[in-house]
Amino acid sequence: MEDWLGPEEWQAVALSLRVAFWATLLSLPPGIAVAYLLARGRFPGRHLLNGLVHLPLILPPVVTGYLLLLTFGTHGPAGALLRDWFGVVLAFRWTGAVLAAAIMAFPLMVRAIRLSIEAVDPKLEQAAGTLGASRPVVFVTVTLPLILPGVLAGAVLSFAKAMGEFGATITFVSNIPGETRTLPSAIYTFLQVPGGEDAALRLVAVSVGIAMGALLASELLAARMARRAAGA
Amino acid sequence: MNDGVEIALRHTHGDFRLAVDMTAPRGVTALFGRSGAGKTTVVHAVAGLLRPDAGRIAVNGEVLTDTARRVFVPPHRRRLGYVFQEGRLFPHLSVRGNLLYARRVTGKGAAGGEFDRVVGMLGLGGLLARRPATLSGGEKQRVAIGRALLSAPRLLLMDEPLAALDDARKAEILPYLERLRDAADIPVIYVSHSVAEVARLATSVAVLSDGRLVRCGPVADVLSDPSAVRALGVREAGAILTGRVAEHHDDGLTSITVSAGQVILPRVDAPIGSAIRVRIAAQDVMLAREVPNQISALNILPVEVLALRGGGGPGVVVQLGSGTDRLLARITRRSADALALAPGMHCHALIKSMSVARWDVGQQAR
Repeated sequence: MEDWLGPEEWQAVALSLRVAFWATLLSLPPGIAVAYLLARGRFPGRHLLNGLVHLPLILPPVVTGYLLLLTFGTHGPAGALLRDWFGVVLAFRWTGAVLAAAIMAFPLMVRAIRLSIEAVDPKLEQAAGTLGASRPVVFVTVTLPLILPGVLAGAVLSFAKAMGEFGATITFVSNIPGETRTLPSAIYTFLQVPGGEDAALRLVAVSVGIAMGALLASELLAARMARRAAGA
Repeated sequence: MNDGVEIALRHTHGDFRLAVDMTAPRGVTALFGRSGAGKTTVVHAVAGLLRPDAGRIAVNGEVLTDTARRVFVPPHRRRLGYVFQEGRLFPHLSVRGNLLYARRVTGKGAAGGEFDRVVGMLGLGGLLARRPATLSGGEKQRVAIGRALLSAPRLLLMDEPLAALDDARKAEILPYLERLRDAADIPVIYVSHSVAEVARLATSVAVLSDGRLVRCGPVADVLSDPSAVRALGVREAGAILTGRVAEHHDDGLTSITVSAGQVILPRVDAPIGSAIRVRIAAQDVMLAREVPNQISALNILPVEVLALRGGGGPGVVVQLGSGTDRLLARITRRSADALALAPGMHCHALIKSMSVARWDVGQQAR
């Protein structure tokens, strides 16, 4: 693999995997929480929350990236806060790429998890309540095990989206080799220089391979979980 | 300390108005009524799944809901067992996992000995490793009952646990419920719209109609009350005879000793000497002034007319004293006039053996 891919290409693939992994992992807890609120919550502002979550799906990615830069850039309100209090800088760093990927993938993850929560019979949760389980305990012991296939599907979708995120990432954190040059950015860069087509093609092949592998693995896992949940 | 369950409720939901004041003593209290009478609303309020507009609910003296004092204990703190009509087993857990769920989430609940006892009583030993999806309807309900019992409840609520089952499954599960009634030392509220189930299982009955309590009392009293017949349904109504199995005959019949003599029924699957209760439907009882001879009905009991009650239709309901038991007979007004029936009169009740179904005969402790 190291021989087949040049060091620069290898770097892009590794960075993309790392960004997608962290983006997915970090957005899982808020993703589940927001999906639960949207599926079960009855509160004012529910539609507003729904709209906000779905906004990155509809906005041009460049706009999302620019908004991120305004907010989380070193002079943005959130960016300044993070830098002064925690010493964390997101703009033009790979951590910023994680944030951009997570935000772009968030609607897909929430949607998949929300659908699976809506498929859980609230009567089961009610029964768990009569057996002495408080709301949080019901969630952990009944709801969560029943929605695991949906959570997995959401995670895979989110991972795939994070791997391919381009517009918001390049706007927010630019295209710095070794720091923020993810796989799509690398492909784009190779296509800009004469003789780069071969490298671009190799990276395209890697992208296709990773996407197919992730989908296959999730299908297998989901089928096994669904069998377990159905109790066969 | 006040034993049993005190229920006082006022609740309005759309056009439906519920107003109930009752006490469920120890034993099985059947909450009887047609669909829409408000039975499920009452158990939901007791379980805390519903906040009533006004009311007070207390179990063994402990207040769970009191709107006047703004007390509302959340469902998971009430320590009540709830058996739902559809079982509601957790599909991702095995039978054992379902049974142990309450202990897992509360850290309390039944100890090991209690687990074995409940598993034995409900016949769940062979099912523990199975998943709910592979169980029959009757097995699912038995697991649901065991799961509720193993949460160490102070009160068991059963919301039509047999309604979703066919007759064969019902017949399979009823003996377990009789055992539960005779073994459990907690009050049980049992919702039903079947007089036959009530007659077999209940120790007390509360009859609901259109959100109001029509009649409430010991099962033998309510089922033999002519004024309750309309609420119970004229074709369903019938009183309970209690007795002991005296003899099994070779021709497939069983003699039962009752307080007024003997009755002969189709084969009863119970050992000699065991106590049973039999529901005799009011419409299956005939009356005669003299002891008839050469008649196919095998059972002729001497009875005393206690009360007559007519409705708007051509029938009357006659309440009869038969030894220490009471019977109901539903006959035409024309026959009652022809026999000149009046309270205090002695006559004979004729009961066809074959009118008593296996379903109508149940075991009874004591």
